[in-house]
Amino acid sequence: MGRVYVIGSGQTPVGEHWDRSARDLAVASILDAMQGAGIPEADAIYVGNALGGELTGQEHVAALIADFAGLDGIEALRVEAAGASGGAAVRMGYLAVTSGLKDIVIVTGVEKMSDLAGPAVEEALVTAADEEYEAIHGLSLVALNALLMRRYMYEHGLERRDFAHFPVNAHRNASNNEHAMFRRPITVDQYENARLVADPIGLLDPAPAADGAATIILCSEKVAGTKPDSAVEIIASAVATDAIALHDRQNPLFLQGTYESARRAYAQAGIGPDDIGVYEPHDAFSIMAALSLEACGFASEGQGVRLAMDGEITLEGRIPICTMGGLKGRGYPVGASGVYQIVELVQQLRGDAGANQVDSRLGMAQSMGGSGATTVTHILKSLH
Amino acid sequence: MMKPMREVGIVGYGAYIPCYRISAAEISRVWKMGEDTLHLDEKAVPGMDEDTTTIAIEAARNALRKAQLDAEKLGAIWVGSESKPYSVKPTATIVAQAVGATPHTSAADWEFACKAGTEAMQAAFGYVGSGMADYAMAIGADTAQGRPGDQLEYTAGAGGAAFIIGPGEESMAYLEGSHSYVSDTPDFFRRPSQQYPTHGSRFTGEPAYFTHSFMAVRCLMDELGYGPEDYDKVVFHQPNSKFPVRLAKRLGFVREQFDDGLLVSFIGNAYAASSPLGLAAILDKADVGERILLASFGSGAGSDAFSFVTTDLITTGRNPLPTVSQYVNRRQEIDYARYTRHRGKLSMS
Repeated sequence: MGRVYVIGSGQTPVGEHWDRSARDLAVASILDAMQGAGIPEADAIYVGNALGGELTGQEHVAALIADFAGLDGIEALRVEAAGASGGAAVRMGYLAVTSGLKDIVIVTGVEKMSDLAGPAVEEALVTAADEEYEAIHGLSLVALNALLMRRYMYEHGLERRDFAHFPVNAHRNASNNEHAMFRRPITVDQYENARLVADPIGLLDPAPAADGAATIILCSEKVAGTKPDSAVEIIASAVATDAIALHDRQNPLFLQGTYESARRAYAQAGIGPDDIGVYEPHDAFSIMAALSLEACGFASEGQGVRLAMDGEITLEGRIPICTMGGLKGRGYPVGASGVYQIVELVQQLRGDAGANQVDSRLGMAQSMGGSGATTVTHILKSLH
Repeated sequence: MMKPMREVGIVGYGAYIPCYRISAAEISRVWKMGEDTLHLDEKAVPGMDEDTTTIAIEAARNALRKAQLDAEKLGAIWVGSESKPYSVKPTATIVAQAVGATPHTSAADWEFACKAGTEAMQAAFGYVGSGMADYAMAIGADTAQGRPGDQLEYTAGAGGAAFIIGPGEESMAYLEGSHSYVSDTPDFFRRPSQQYPTHGSRFTGEPAYFTHSFMAVRCLMDELGYGPEDYDKVVFHQPNSKFPVRLAKRLGFVREQFDDGLLVSFIGNAYAASSPLGLAAILDKADVGERILLASFGSGAGSDAFSFVTTDLITTGRNPLPTVSQYVNRRQEIDYARYTRHRGKLSMS
């Protein structure tokens, strides 16, 4: 199979874009990426979008976006895997290039969430859970994560306050990211005193719904050779699933799907967790960040939160996470987040991360759907 | 900037706030197990026989007494409200007849959500300024309904304020100029068949309230050549206790300037009467020669900004009528059950 490289990226700021639609955002990021990569045309475009139909009344988004981006006649398909839609689109792009069938592929993630008010967004988000056994009983994604966090606190003797280090780290890093939604740091006290949304989850724990689009340009080794300075290689791409409903998991406090996805990625790359210098987890909630660290082998079971408490997840720590803000600080336009993660890893690996620069050659991104039913892992390596 | 060729101003004003109050804590007790998030103490609730018409009449009577004006001299009575009792049948004629202004007068109801009252003021300045009438009354009055359990239920209050616009030389506060700023922004609306309005949640903030209020004030101040330091008092529309404070700060105003007009924590959002009542509260306490800024906001959306300067008549005209402060402090607390009865929220059929 052929090697796959990222030779360009583009992103819109993440926020409430009252005056821009999903197509506006997607097209802007695509043109940005193509221009930056010096690529006038591509062989295919894969669009990660989770909730276009639910939130904007628009399905069939890949053809729509290809049309408005001026990519006449191009192969265009939308990929959906709830929160992992962006990562899944990257996966499809990766398969297209590594198979040798495509030389240049555009991967775009886009989500427009501000057209509807709060409760309607929660209803849309819960389509990522099991409709017949979870959603129908009134459980929301926040509630499902609250159940996990509550159980985790009980089993490992932790307080709500202990989880603060995830959002605190995310906001700290986001304040140096000009594309991030939140630019202000927060404190542990603010986290603890924020009003409860779904006990024990408080207002400063969940990643914010937002609008945004990010694009990467993937290419084959042949094309990458023409742009040696900007290429970053994707050395692993792996997807794994787990039971969709929390109550069907072997051990709800162990993300089996995330573990499996990471294991396959490590195997493909021929590395282990100790080799990873930067990790972009799916920190939709701090409990997810903690469980992801454990599933990927960065912390042993029950030690994910303690790793954060010890400061090891900061830019200066042993395993920097959310280096440009993560889902919590940069923002979480659902289907776009998986592509933002790759854009940010590319920034890191090219040395373009500014004040948030981590010195590393290997970065890992994980995009997750629902409460852990789909996990997409990508590992990237800089060429220098 | 808008300013009539003839000098015009406020020759009299009056307020009215119903006496009943329900606390945010009580509403929260019923709907949210005691979690209160809107930093509001309580809101005014109309009595069972009160509505926008009765409130408008009380405010109008107070305004006429303050102006010491014969009602027959009014050339127009205009009522701005989003809770008028009839979809078709003007509240204004009931008010006009009740205060003795009929029959030789103009009368109509105005609608622009929370800025209907200041729309009427804007038109009254033009009416008097053109010489079509010597006096015109603009009233903002509302008994807004909040959907039970909705965020807006905490703030949907009630009240009314009436302003008699007349010649500049008879004014307690004369008009330096005004500016209106509007756009088609559907942040909050209600179809005729709906009992409660639909609101766009966060969309009601930056794209609606802040953009329009800020621009109306900015344009007015630029046209007049004033900075924030030139104003003694300022008052904005008050949908909650946070928005007007954030707006004031963004425009460069300080607490001493906006405190007198900030009533929302005590009476809730009085909708079309919100910023007008704030203006009345400021006028109750103003000294001679103070410059006052009023900027309303109405969903749909737009803002009217006015710049006034008080005259000697602001103190000499201060006859012993109930002040806004007195209406605020005249209160009787009721519980949620009584509130649902007052507001007709129980379906009895």
